[in-house]
Amino acid sequence: MVKKVQRRDEIVVKFAGDSGDGMQLTGSLFADMAAKTGLDLATFPDYPAEIRAPQNTLAGVSGFQVRIGSKRIETTGDQCDILVAMNPASLKANLKWVKPGGTIIVDADTFTPETNQKAGFSENPLENGTLGKYYLIKAPVTTLTRAALKDMKLDGKSKERTRNMFVLGFVCYLMSWKPDSLLAYFKEKFKKKPELAEANIVVLKAGYDYADTTEVLPSIIHISKAKMPPGRYRNITGNIATAWGLLAASERSGRPLYLVSYPITPATDILAELAKHKSLGAVVLQAEDEIAGICSAIGASFTGSLAVTSTSGPGFSLKSEALGLAVMTELPLVVIDVQRGGPSTGLPTKSEQSDLMQALFGRNGEAPLVVMAACSPADCFYAAYEASKIALEHMTPVVLLSDGGIGNGSQLFRIPDVKSLPSINPPIAKPNDPEYKPYKRDPDTLVRKWALPGTEGLRHRIGGLEKENITGTVTTDPLNHELMVQLREQKIEKVADFIAPQEIIGNQTGDLLVVSWGGTLGSTQAAVEEMQEEGYSVSLAHFRHILPLPRNTREVLSGFKKIVVCELNRGQFVNYLRMKYPEFSYLQYNKVQALPFTIEELKNTFEKIIKEA
Amino acid sequence: MADFQNMTIERSSVELTKQDFVSDQMVRWCPGCGNHAILSAVANVFPKIGYRKENFMIVSGIGCSSRFPYYVNTYGFHGIHGRALAIATGMKIANPHLSVWVATGDGDSLAIGGNHFIHAIRRNVDINVLLFNNQIYGLTKGQYSPTTPMGTVTKTSPHGTIEHPFNVGELTLGAQGTFFARAVDNNIPLMTEVMFEAAKHDGTSVVEILQNCVIFADKAHEMITGKEYRDENQIHLRNGEPMVFGKNRDKGIRLNGTQLEVVKIGENGITIDDILVHDRYQQDPGIHLMLAKMAPPRFPVAVGVIRSAMYPTYDDLVTQKIQNAREKEKIKTVTDLLNSGDTWEIQ
Repeated sequence: MVKKVQRRDEIVVKFAGDSGDGMQLTGSLFADMAAKTGLDLATFPDYPAEIRAPQNTLAGVSGFQVRIGSKRIETTGDQCDILVAMNPASLKANLKWVKPGGTIIVDADTFTPETNQKAGFSENPLENGTLGKYYLIKAPVTTLTRAALKDMKLDGKSKERTRNMFVLGFVCYLMSWKPDSLLAYFKEKFKKKPELAEANIVVLKAGYDYADTTEVLPSIIHISKAKMPPGRYRNITGNIATAWGLLAASERSGRPLYLVSYPITPATDILAELAKHKSLGAVVLQAEDEIAGICSAIGASFTGSLAVTSTSGPGFSLKSEALGLAVMTELPLVVIDVQRGGPSTGLPTKSEQSDLMQALFGRNGEAPLVVMAACSPADCFYAAYEASKIALEHMTPVVLLSDGGIGNGSQLFRIPDVKSLPSINPPIAKPNDPEYKPYKRDPDTLVRKWALPGTEGLRHRIGGLEKENITGTVTTDPLNHELMVQLREQKIEKVADFIAPQEIIGNQTGDLLVVSWGGTLGSTQAAVEEMQEEGYSVSLAHFRHILPLPRNTREVLSGFKKIVVCELNRGQFVNYLRMKYPEFSYLQYNKVQALPFTIEELKNTFEKIIKEA
Repeated sequence: MADFQNMTIERSSVELTKQDFVSDQMVRWCPGCGNHAILSAVANVFPKIGYRKENFMIVSGIGCSSRFPYYVNTYGFHGIHGRALAIATGMKIANPHLSVWVATGDGDSLAIGGNHFIHAIRRNVDINVLLFNNQIYGLTKGQYSPTTPMGTVTKTSPHGTIEHPFNVGELTLGAQGTFFARAVDNNIPLMTEVMFEAAKHDGTSVVEILQNCVIFADKAHEMITGKEYRDENQIHLRNGEPMVFGKNRDKGIRLNGTQLEVVKIGENGITIDDILVHDRYQQDPGIHLMLAKMAPPRFPVAVGVIRSAMYPTYDDLVTQKIQNAREKEKIKTVTDLLNSGDTWEIQ
């Protein structure tokens, strides 16, 4: 039947269901289809720590939000236009994230008195007017899925599992996309079980046809192609981009990649992804614990590898002592912390920015190192590359902070030309260099040379004990210790000569400078740009380099009447800035709900600050 | 050294001597410490092993034993407490062309570093672990360690320890160790022999050295190493030879049912043919475990190479997996990777 076409710039869709309902897959497939139709996008998975929490409970709700559009997409959006809810609990958990007037598609079959009650609805929300301000589509998804598969020889459970394809088919129709590209996907995925491929395809088509024939859908949506810089694109999550950035750095530096990590949410995907790519010569192994991960990386670094260990907050805590060893021995090392809600086990599957102070200062002694923060899923590639470059060229550990939001979230990624990435030149000592001394430094960078075991004429010993300047002989001489502490600090400060100056998005002066760092770029940039369009005098300085800070940081901060620092913690970066640049007065906006900033809350905050005299 | 199977590590083109490994550092162990003799044995054995001197790597953790790297002129790394085996694992996997030696102690490897110890052994990384067992924390001045005998009075156990000690051999074999040897610090030829065998073995070689701390646990091993006891309380195991010991070489070890026992040759009709013949290469660790656990007063302590079984090493398997992937996989460069899977062109 012919339906009205609604033209839109962008749309936010959230798929939500029980943690076994396949919502992560459904969301990813939806995003891939959007990408292939030429739209920009961002995704945000939101899932519980439990693999299968009790069915139909709020604890078990798993969601996947996708924002697609013809304009540049910076975040997954505060609220969704379309919510797909596979059961009452997923409706209950996500209702507050649906825009008024938004569309809600539910599997009406799942709304029974028992499941409604489990979800905390005292009566059936589909019937009592609870959803009055939304456009509600009550689709009997379970019934229609079963009907579509009634002639197939499959067990009931396998049939049930294809329910997600019914809603995907439905949404495809709604987006005016033909689901053809998915047919090949299923044939490949279930190569060995063609009956499953067939079942998924049948149900997908059933959902599509249902949307086509039913009266419930008043209109369909059309989004025109996004205008993006020309090039070859792919969809990528932050964790995969991190892994690939490391591989690129290894290839460009000629130093073999050595990554040893211990499984930990939400960082494990980096380890799992790299483990697939042995053909690129990477040594990628799983350690017996977090400490073994970093210590074996230090060993590999001493012997000449691009050594990396990846983890999340609790694991990062365990690596602290060894990080100090890497500082003392001045060896290249990259430690990736995909932050999650803390302290302790905290909120393993949710995101936060609360490990910054730990990265900066969480070691015994004066132990400076380089701290960077990746800003978006695609930026993880470049951030991992740059972290590796700095580690290798400046003979220092680098902590790269990512977070669960950008690590698991995805974005379109314009594939770079690897040869165009900046070259990486580690200071490897030459055989029989008569000038070589373990702690002799380059006068400009204060970087010592990397003498690799096996090289003739460079046998030497280093370790965690304080060393005499230049010779590296063990010593407790008081003045030497003070000198070495200062040299290690100055070496890190000098890295600032090799990083990009801090950019300002917007004017260099104005009423308000919004400061943010790491994974919140999408939200703060969207909020600031919207306000700029509305005529406010507001600019954004989003930091990627935290230790050292870019050389022009003071200048950047000095151009504004007010400064507000926004972060998903209780104020760690703002207090670091207060320490570094005490001459400015800083306001702060903090959120510790293990949720990203909404653009709306940021805009409200900024408006209020500007209006307050 | 024709019996060296491992061709991964480059051999020296010239004959090396002890002098090639002398470091310029002043040795700062207490006078009379057993470590001096261990250092001497290492300096003896490295030239004998015959690798290029630049290919030796000594790694340590923390403790008296862990000052070792500074006193040998090789590439050396002094790590942090308990982590020597983790660091060594990284070194060997990242560069299989190195002969990696770990100098560690009973506190370093069996307490704070226990996890790395068992997992390095389980993986069979090709490294050589010299574990100096003096049954005490020396560098922190006399606290009990995981090998201190139950009931021992130390600074932190003024009323005697209430912990069961580890037997290093038992722990090594329990972690599926492929090589275990034991030596005593007052027998340099024995130490040199087992270190040489450790170097030859492909896999994690654990060499326990009963070492005397003159200050905090003096004579802890006296019943085994003391002049008047050693003949009766030590049995030097040699592959293919019957397990005979005693001042008059008239005692032996026999398998009686499922247990070992000490018998006297010539008594009760026992002849040399009844004595167990040592097979260090046998895969089943059952007898090796019984031998490793032997202790006075019922048994002599076994020294020499107790077990040396052939298994693939972790580093070889890592290298093989990478080689296989390089041959089979289509992705040869990062550019291939970036363009793999779903990508599309935007004009």
